[in-house]
Amino acid sequence: MIWQLDIVFLILVVISAIAAISVKDLLSSAILLGAYSFLMCLLWSEMGAVDVAFTEAAVGAGISTAFFIGFIYQTTRRTKD
Amino acid sequence: MKERYPDVTIETICRLLIPPIQLFALYVIAHGHYSPGGGFQGGCILGASFIMMFIAYDIGEVKRKMQEKLNTILCSTGVLIFAGIGLICLILGANYLDYGILHNILPVHQAKARALGTLGIEIGVGIAVTSVMVSIFLNIATAGEHEGEP
Repeated sequence: MIWQLDIVFLILVVISAIAAISVKDLLSSAILLGAYSFLMCLLWSEMGAVDVAFTEAAVGAGISTAFFIGFIYQTTRRTKD
Repeated sequence: MKERYPDVTIETICRLLIPPIQLFALYVIAHGHYSPGGGFQGGCILGASFIMMFIAYDIGEVKRKMQEKLNTILCSTGVLIFAGIGLICLILGANYLDYGILHNILPVHQAKARALGTLGIEIGVGIAVTSVMVSIFLNIATAGEHEGEP
């Protein structure tokens, strides 16, 4: 475990999470959530939990981004609030 | 689904990328019992490769190759493999999913039987997860319009 690397990943995770909930475009929000998942995957593999990181990379960054994009095509792309 | 615009870049890249992704997914499923990975992760990767095919090509054309009826059958087959191996252990007199007892019916010793039982479970979970992921994506992308319905 390298604590400098940990701090860099944690700051990037917080930035991408705040960006994902504050951006108005829903497609950008889905892509930012994918980036968040991938950063969490890096964080977990850096902490030594390789199995959890693998699951996060397969489900969080891969499948759920595709599902979100599929959902966005059924609704409007701009959020109202 | 929205109208489709054929794009030669996306189609070529998907055609190049899908076979290595599927090969890697099978590797993850097959090595699930002694390395990171397993049925769920490998099934997710395999399902993602099919979803990639649905996104890149025409959804009706891909559906003719991989039908929804077959997908549903595969989904329940995976659950059947999982529950069936567990039930065989139960019938042979051990606990549910206690694979060590499988050496009574397999021509191998107990440790090998345990590894083979875990591999069978991983294969069942992989099949079920793959088809459920494809089924969820088809439900989203076609807004609930299934084939064979009036």
